[in-house]
Amino acid sequence: MIDFIVTKYNYLFYIVLFLIGFYAIIVKKNLVKKVIGMNIMQTSIILFYVSIGCKKDGTLPILLDSDLHSHAIDAGKYLNPLPHVLMLTAIVVMVATLGVALAVLILMYKQYGTLEEDELLKRIK
Amino acid sequence: MQTIESIIPFVAVLIAMAGPILIILFKRWPNIRELMTFMVASVTFGLVVSMAPSVYNGTEITYNLIDILPEVGISFKVDSFGILFALVSSSLWIVTTVYSIGYMRALKEHSQTRFFSFFAVAISSALGVAFSANLLTLYMFYEILSLSTFSLVTHHQDKEAHFGGRKYLTFLMGSSIAFFLPAVILTYYYTGTLDFNRFGILTHSIPDYMLVVMFALFLAGIGKAAIMPMHSWLPSAMVAPTPVSSLLHAVAVVKVGVFSLLRVLLYIFGTDLLEFMRFDGFLVYFVSITIIAGSLFALKQDNLKARLAYSTVAQLSYIVLAGGLLSVSGITGGIVHIAMHAFGKITLFFCAGAILVNTGFKNISQLKGIGKKMPVTMIAFFFGSLSIIGVPPLGGFWSKWNLAMGTIEYSEIPILVVLLTSSLLNAAYFMPIVYNAFFAKDESIVYTEVKEAPLLTIIPPVFTALVSIALFFYPDIFLNLARSAARSVLGV
Amino acid sequence: MIDQAPVLIIVIPLIFALLTPVVGLWRKSLCYFWILTALALSAAFSVTVFVKVLNTGTIHYNLGGWTPPWGIEYVIDHLNALMLVVVSAIALLTAVYSRKSIEKEFPNKKTAFYTVFLLQATGFLGIVITGDMFNLYVFLEISSLAGYALIAIGEDGALFAAFKYIIIGTIGASFYLIGVGYIYIMTGSLNMADIAALLQQVNNTSVIHIAFAFILAGLIIKMALFPMYIWMPDAYTKAPSASSALIAPLMTKISAYILVRVIFTIFKPEFITANLPVTKIMLWLGFAAIIYGAIMSIAQTDFKRMLCFIIVAEIGYIVGGIGLFNPTAIKGAILHILNDAVMTAGLFFIAGIVKYKTGFHNLTDFKDLFKKMPVTMGAFVIIALSVIGVPPTCGFFSKWYLIKGAIIGNAWPFAAALLFSSLVNVVLFFRIFEIGYGFDHGHDSGGHEELGSGSLISEAPATMLLPSMLVSLIIIFTGIYNQTIITNIIEHVTPNL
Repeated sequence: MIDFIVTKYNYLFYIVLFLIGFYAIIVKKNLVKKVIGMNIMQTSIILFYVSIGCKKDGTLPILLDSDLHSHAIDAGKYLNPLPHVLMLTAIVVMVATLGVALAVLILMYKQYGTLEEDELLKRIK
Repeated sequence: MQTIESIIPFVAVLIAMAGPILIILFKRWPNIRELMTFMVASVTFGLVVSMAPSVYNGTEITYNLIDILPEVGISFKVDSFGILFALVSSSLWIVTTVYSIGYMRALKEHSQTRFFSFFAVAISSALGVAFSANLLTLYMFYEILSLSTFSLVTHHQDKEAHFGGRKYLTFLMGSSIAFFLPAVILTYYYTGTLDFNRFGILTHSIPDYMLVVMFALFLAGIGKAAIMPMHSWLPSAMVAPTPVSSLLHAVAVVKVGVFSLLRVLLYIFGTDLLEFMRFDGFLVYFVSITIIAGSLFALKQDNLKARLAYSTVAQLSYIVLAGGLLSVSGITGGIVHIAMHAFGKITLFFCAGAILVNTGFKNISQLKGIGKKMPVTMIAFFFGSLSIIGVPPLGGFWSKWNLAMGTIEYSEIPILVVLLTSSLLNAAYFMPIVYNAFFAKDESIVYTEVKEAPLLTIIPPVFTALVSIALFFYPDIFLNLARSAARSVLGV
Repeated sequence: MIDQAPVLIIVIPLIFALLTPVVGLWRKSLCYFWILTALALSAAFSVTVFVKVLNTGTIHYNLGGWTPPWGIEYVIDHLNALMLVVVSAIALLTAVYSRKSIEKEFPNKKTAFYTVFLLQATGFLGIVITGDMFNLYVFLEISSLAGYALIAIGEDGALFAAFKYIIIGTIGASFYLIGVGYIYIMTGSLNMADIAALLQQVNNTSVIHIAFAFILAGLIIKMALFPMYIWMPDAYTKAPSASSALIAPLMTKISAYILVRVIFTIFKPEFITANLPVTKIMLWLGFAAIIYGAIMSIAQTDFKRMLCFIIVAEIGYIVGGIGLFNPTAIKGAILHILNDAVMTAGLFFIAGIVKYKTGFHNLTDFKDLFKKMPVTMGAFVIIALSVIGVPPTCGFFSKWYLIKGAIIGNAWPFAAALLFSSLVNVVLFFRIFEIGYGFDHGHDSGGHEELGSGSLISEAPATMLLPSMLVSLIIIFTGIYNQTIITNIIEHVTPNL
């Protein structure tokens, strides 16, 4: 069990974070808090992706001049850069989602004067 | 049996289907519009007639438009059974068009363009049913017919029409989707084809319980045949204008129902399987209930059109008897009753409409003494009812005669009793009308200023009554067509 | 040029979308023609690609010259070639249609609307064309984000509906992303074909099972399958007419398309049947969706909301059909994806027209419309008949295959549910026809006076009318030629089970 936790702790972290975000989305009545929860949830996925690209004593997959001369390239030590690159895209998506969500919230606040869910539902015809 | 390929059946259906385009185009000029309807009807009839001689001589005309499912297409086949029905409905369409013009104008009905358009679509789909070569094509036209007649039934757009239309649709669409469609799919699933075959396409290899289920589904699904307990839409549909009741609810729609049912029974199940599974015996007794009960219901109706509707319910089941009396005479009698009943019943409806146009009366109790004012109408009515009862010298005699022969050939003597009882009942609900019209007097009803109905509403019933008489002396066309259909399905 | 057609389908609307604000600054009224050009070009290239696929088979297009599995690959086989045509055609028709309704509903936001509209179309096309799982996620989010914005412009309550959609949609997308992550852990690839090959070795691991479960859950949310449909009725009801006409038919259907892709291209049918009771779950979810959607749609008084519940039922058809897992049913399900996209688009066109004419979209607003707008209502009747399933409209044939598939699979409850839904649709639409027909309950025996005259007719504007009529024609033609579609296209992608 301990072994499992020690070797797979990154997954546990992401799951816990994901669930925290999920909890906020489901339970919180304030819409801003829901958005924050959504953001936490998305961040947890980013951490998940980033962590699977990691390895112990890994190096960046970049060729330096010195490496070329020393003939000591150890491709096995390279970190896989792809998950990180993917997450750059995912972060953009996340930011955009956040932006749209906040824009909608601002408009809603202007229109109804509240962001508490039950209050809001009363004011929507 | 010879087969030739020809596009004519498709063209006949298509022209009638395209009729509304012409009708809508000329909607601002009622005279030209009606002329268009008349022309479309005549051209359609001409096309149907042009196919009749070769079919009469035993040739089948086929045409495959396009394959829409594996092994199943929108395809047409004209055989003697189909052409009989097509001849009846397309010829009566012309007569009814004349009648409608008189009727609709006399009553100043609204939305006449819509009326004539949907009328054309309805007849077109009836022809489509008659010419279908497979069950899917038949189902397609069957559904189009239900939909196009909805607008005709609800033509008056009042409360009564609303509920009548709702009932109409509930029964027809409901039964066809809930029962007919699954039955079609099951047939396709078990046989891989839907083509009508004169020996049937279902076989013994299908589990017995499935055959029973399918038989029940077809019987319940073809609601247009108005077999009890699926009959009650028909009396409700009488809220429609009289031309609709006369052509559609005495000829096209209801005959499409029995036609489809016979197609299914004779050409999908096949006579052998019907006999083997003992569906024939069940069927004749089952529809006997409708024959007797329908006539009894008719007796107690005071509304003239309602009485005619219940009479239709009963008479339709005569035709269905053909699916149970599997002998040459039995099948011939059933099939030929499509034609004989059509000419008789349409006369009666025309007369009912003429009375309505002239006096505004809908009830039988109001008709005492009317024969003196409208003698031509009532005499036509008299001959129409004689044909339905089945007395010589009227065409209706031949169908009842053949059916009676069929019961004897097929040793179903109880059915003979049913037939005779029903004839008595027919006489019981028709003859008092005629008697009262000519000989009874009711002081409370005064027919001031009542003369004969407008000419255009008089000529059609007289014409159809004359045809009914002529059919007694020259029944050969229809009798031979029906007999050849009967021979082919029985394989004799 | 023709060689580059696959990427042009995506790039043209994308670039045009980015330039739309510039055009809008110069001449606001030009935006309309600007996006029409973009979508027409995109549709033209879709047709080109479609014809090419029909002639030569699957096209592989490597983005930027990077060969897969390293680069992103666009793979166009028979199914998505047709999907591309359908999606671009519906987007084009909706664009044509949008003009008048936007002028009436929010004339000041034209530029913004058209920008987002094009992005939405780009997202849809991208999802369909891509052969890369992560790329698919990106396009899914592009289309969803654009969709959130398009919905939020709508009537009162649209903001809250859009917000609900944002939250739930993001959850769905996140699930999908997690699933892709697990697949990446096991295979190290994101290319669908590559993954499909690599998965054969690791099929039985629990990681892959979990990955599949996550992806399925994400897609179920995105396609609004019962019970995950809650975001949908509000969002599509409150959205402006032009938005709902684009999003409602396509979003759910494209998610269903992804489901087909995931099950048959990536995971392969053997995996689905061997390891998890997925097909059973899908079948019963489909069953529940049909029954629930049918019952709920009867209860609605708002036309658009009623349509939303019809969509719930139709998604049930598709998912249940896939769940039956026999070739006939799968054919039916795939055919239904295409048919239903067209039918739903048509229905929302009609809803928009009614809203344009009367200001609302309640069922009662159809009163007397047969008299006022005979052509519109004629188109509506044809579309409605297709939803009911009357031959020869296309809706009949997908239903035919689904029912036959249910019989083959001995899934009688599902067959009964399909018939039940048809019956309910009869009730739904004929209720509207009755209202549109205008029954007069005031007097009992009347109806003899001349009610109608030509002056009452006030048809919808041509830009709204033409798309609706075209849709109804398409419905009839795809119905009649469904056999051609099935043998030439769908049979290529139906797996041999």
